[in-house]
Order: sequence, then structure tokens, then C-alpha cells
Amino acid sequence: MLIRFGTELTEAANRAALACHAAIEAAAIPGVEESAASLTSVYVRFALMRTDHSALRIVLEQILAQQDWSQASLPQGRRLWHVPAVFGTELGPQLAEAAALASLAPEDAIAALCAQPLRVQTIGFAPGQPYLGQLPSAWDIPRQTGLTPRVPQGALAVAIRQVVLFSVSTPTGWRHVGQTALRLFRPDHPDPFLLRPGDEVLFRPVTRDAFETLRATAPDGGATSERLR
Amino acid sequence: MAEVIFHRAGPGITVQDLGRTGYLAQGLSRGGAADRLALHEGATLLGQDPHCAALEIAGSFLSLELTAPRRIALTGAPMQAVCDGAALVWHASHALPAGARLDLSPRTGGYSYLHFGGGIDLPPLLGARAAHLAAGLGQMIKAGTRLPLGHDPGHCSGQTFTPLARFDGGLLRMVATPQTRLFPKAICARFTQTQFRKDARANRMGQKLLWDGAGFGLDTGLQILSDTIVPGDIQITGDGAPFVLLSECQTTGGYPRIGTVLPCDLGRLVQAPPEAALHFTFVSLQEAVQIERTEAARRETLGKSLRPLLRDPHDMADLLAYQLISGVTCGDDLESERSWF
Repeated sequence: MLIRFGTELTEAANRAALACHAAIEAAAIPGVEESAASLTSVYVRFALMRTDHSALRIVLEQILAQQDWSQASLPQGRRLWHVPAVFGTELGPQLAEAAALASLAPEDAIAALCAQPLRVQTIGFAPGQPYLGQLPSAWDIPRQTGLTPRVPQGALAVAIRQVVLFSVSTPTGWRHVGQTALRLFRPDHPDPFLLRPGDEVLFRPVTRDAFETLRATAPDGGATSERLR
Repeated sequence: MAEVIFHRAGPGITVQDLGRTGYLAQGLSRGGAADRLALHEGATLLGQDPHCAALEIAGSFLSLELTAPRRIALTGAPMQAVCDGAALVWHASHALPAGARLDLSPRTGGYSYLHFGGGIDLPPLLGARAAHLAAGLGQMIKAGTRLPLGHDPGHCSGQTFTPLARFDGGLLRMVATPQTRLFPKAICARFTQTQFRKDARANRMGQKLLWDGAGFGLDTGLQILSDTIVPGDIQITGDGAPFVLLSECQTTGGYPRIGTVLPCDLGRLVQAPPEAALHFTFVSLQEAVQIERTEAARRETLGKSLRPLLRDPHDMADLLAYQLISGVTCGDDLESERSWF
């Protein structure tokens, strides 16, 4: 069953999806196997042998009626991550192209991407993979029609006013403008998923040499986090 | 510790179970066996929990050796199975002696399963033993791989059953998605009248379909905001081609979905041979619920359909070898063994 708070990405719809998903998880509804928030919707998977659509709908409607979810507070325990990233060079080969589409000089594009914290609007597609936003409207640039055959783990890519960080090496239609040394999915770690919805990420531009040193020596590629209140 | 040692292994062989539940919100799809029914069938043949990990073989080949006596079961797409020179019946359980060498080679393609009494005892990772290669969990089996086997408390073998028909393509039932209404009625109608077949390039993430004629794309250039996608969803990609998501799919997607194949019909898709004809039809949500519940109930009573493996001695190349490696009903039931013929 799917609950949709909007067919376009808005701050209110995203906030509602994240908060409502947290409430559904907390409610531990009998028969529900798992649920997930995406940008503006909540998906609920349930066992047909334990409940049915109409019974689940009643419970979900009760949760929906509890409050105005678009005004809900962001998830608890949010963190602000400071993440070193290299932009351009062979590690971010499409910086100039993406900057041109946003009508910015490459150095202004870097400054814009690092100007303010970007919020994790959803985790999805691949394990631990965050969609960060929202960038200023100049960044409403389309995905490429063709696919880049492969971007590495930790790649930083842009499209449609969002930044995505790749948790696994994958083909993509997003433009690859930078590289982080984040390991977003650590299956052998007690907390396998580095970022959570609602977290914020502030990129800090570093030189390629500095980046390589951080990648080789620093835990989490030099990223640090602090609690947000 | 009982082990399986692989001497030869083609590509596409992984350890699979029913997958990981509860990580969808973190971007990790459930994964697990491409043909989930085959896992239940193997567990029924061996009288064990369907969560036991088994080997999934995607149209590949292997040779393995057992370091200890062990019951096995063979389910899913039938393969040529030979143990120490003697052919083994598919869709059946067998008791193999220590040191037995088992060779499996492909016949029709599709997904085949080799189950071991006690299951494959790899340490669980995030609650399951299934390889999820798209997420970087687990790996393909290679020549030289050794897998530990769990304790096998069971003793029943030499059982067979008639599997649910799903190895020749056919009709796949689907329900409407939130995007189905975006497709013009004429496109939906043409979709259900079209004969499809599988594209040879497929993996555990999804199956592209081939057909003759025009595509099924929306020509409005509509941008759809990504939301959660699940196995069975039929995405219509930019070129108008249908792509059915499978066990190891991504968790979100922005292509419009024309329908969602019922979970109980996905086995028919993944097990269809390359040339088999596939058709789709819409069923209502109420019908779909009824179909799924009926199939779940049938799956629960699979055990009642087991019968002793009886074979014509004239078809058996080496009777003694058969007797050594395959019990008839329960392995420790001497009366049954004597009454074999």
C-alpha cells in the first residue's frame, strides 16, 4: 500500500513522508512486513495471510489523521555531516558540463554546491544511497539521456536540484561532478548505513592531493558529524 | 564440519534464501531466491525450514564434492544431475554418501536449486545468508569455494512431487499500479494482447522483455517522481520496452509502471525458457488477493503431495549406484528400502 503526500518534490511533502514513515514504523502494525519512505511517499508491505487492504487502510488512516504531517518535525537524532569532496579533475569529470547547464563558472558551481548544508531527503535505490537537496533552481538540470557506464563508490553527482552520493559502483544518468571517500553502506558494521533521512551534509572542497591523503588515512574519508538540534 | 567443495563452477551460482526483510527504507531490497517457491519445495522435500540457505544456479554448471553423507534436494528448473556416474531425478530428494561427487549441467535455463539437509551454514549478514550482488553482499561461487553445511537432523529422502507448472512461459497475472491510469487504454489493451519473450540479457535485478511491434511508452514526456519499486513491477523504460523487476531490484524508480506481476506468478517469468511465449493479463486487487492466498495455502500443504521416488529399473544405468546414493522413503526405514522394487 502506498501513501503519497505529493506528486512533486516539496519540502512539506518530503517532511510529511519522513515523519509519517517514522510513525508507521513506531506503530508496529500487525501484519506489516516492512515500510519505506521515498521522496514524497510511504510504501507499506504487508502479509496477506495476516491482514488485508481494508484493515490496513483503517489503521493507516488513523495514523494520517493524528496530525498535519506536512508540519511535522524532522526525524529525531539528526546529524550534520562535514564531508570533504574533490570537485572536477578526473575524479569529477562532468563538473564543467554540469556547471554550464546551471549557467555557472566551474568555481562558482563548486561554491554553490558547498554553500549550505543539504538535507538527506530520502535513502534509496541502492543501500545507504542518499538523495540530498534541495539545490537552488539554477540546478534544475536534466539527467543525461545516455548513461555513464560506471561511477565509483562515493561519487557525487547532480541533477534535478539534487545531489546523489553513490553507495555502490553503478551506471547512472546523473552527472558526475565530484568524489567523496564516504562508505555509505558498511555491511559488517554495527550501524551499516552511514546516513539517515533528515541528516544534513555540508561539502568542503579539498584539493585532489588532500583528498587522496584523507581517503587513504582518515576514517570515513575525513568526514565528521555533529548532532543537530 | 560437513562441507561442500566446488571443483567446477560456471557463472551465476550463489547462495540464496528468502532474503532480508526490513532494510527497504535504507535502500536494500529484500533479494533472496529468484524462484521463491523452489525454496519452499526444497524445504518440504527435506522436511526443514524454508529459510535454510540453498544454492541457486542460473543456467550454469557445477561439480561438487561432499565431505560427509548428506541429504540433498533438487528443485526449480530441471538440470542434468549425475552423482558418481548415476543420473539423479530432479524435483526429488536423495541421500548421498560422504565423498560423493555431484555434477549438474544445464538443460533449459532458468533458475535451479540445490538444497542440503541442514542448509548452507554461512554466517548470516544483516539477517540472511543470501548473496545480494547488486548491494555487494556475498559473492558468486567459484571453483575452489568451500561452503559449510549445517547440522542435518532429518533422515527422509527419496521423495518426489509434481511441481507447480511454471517452466514453459504462459500467462502472467498483474494488478494495476498507481501509474497504470497514466497509460492510454489502447496501450494497456495492446500490452495484454502482445506476445512477449525474454531478452537473453537478464540478471537477478530485472528481466527485459522482447516483442514485435510498437513500444508501450508514454508519449507525454511525463516526469514521474521516484518512489518505492518492488519485484514484479513492470517498468516501461524510455525506449518503450517493458522491464520486469526481480528479487535484487533497486528500491526506488521513476519509470512509469504499467502493472505489477503477482508474486506467485513471478516464478513463471523467471523460469520461462528463452523462446517461450509470455502474455499478461490484468486481474482486480480482490482477485489477486484471493489468488495469492490460495497459492500460500497450497504451499503450506506441499508436504502432503510428496510420494516415494519410484523408477523403472530398465531406465537405470547402474542399479547399485542408485541404491547407494538414494533412499526410497525414509533413509533409516529398512522395510521401505526392501520394498523398493
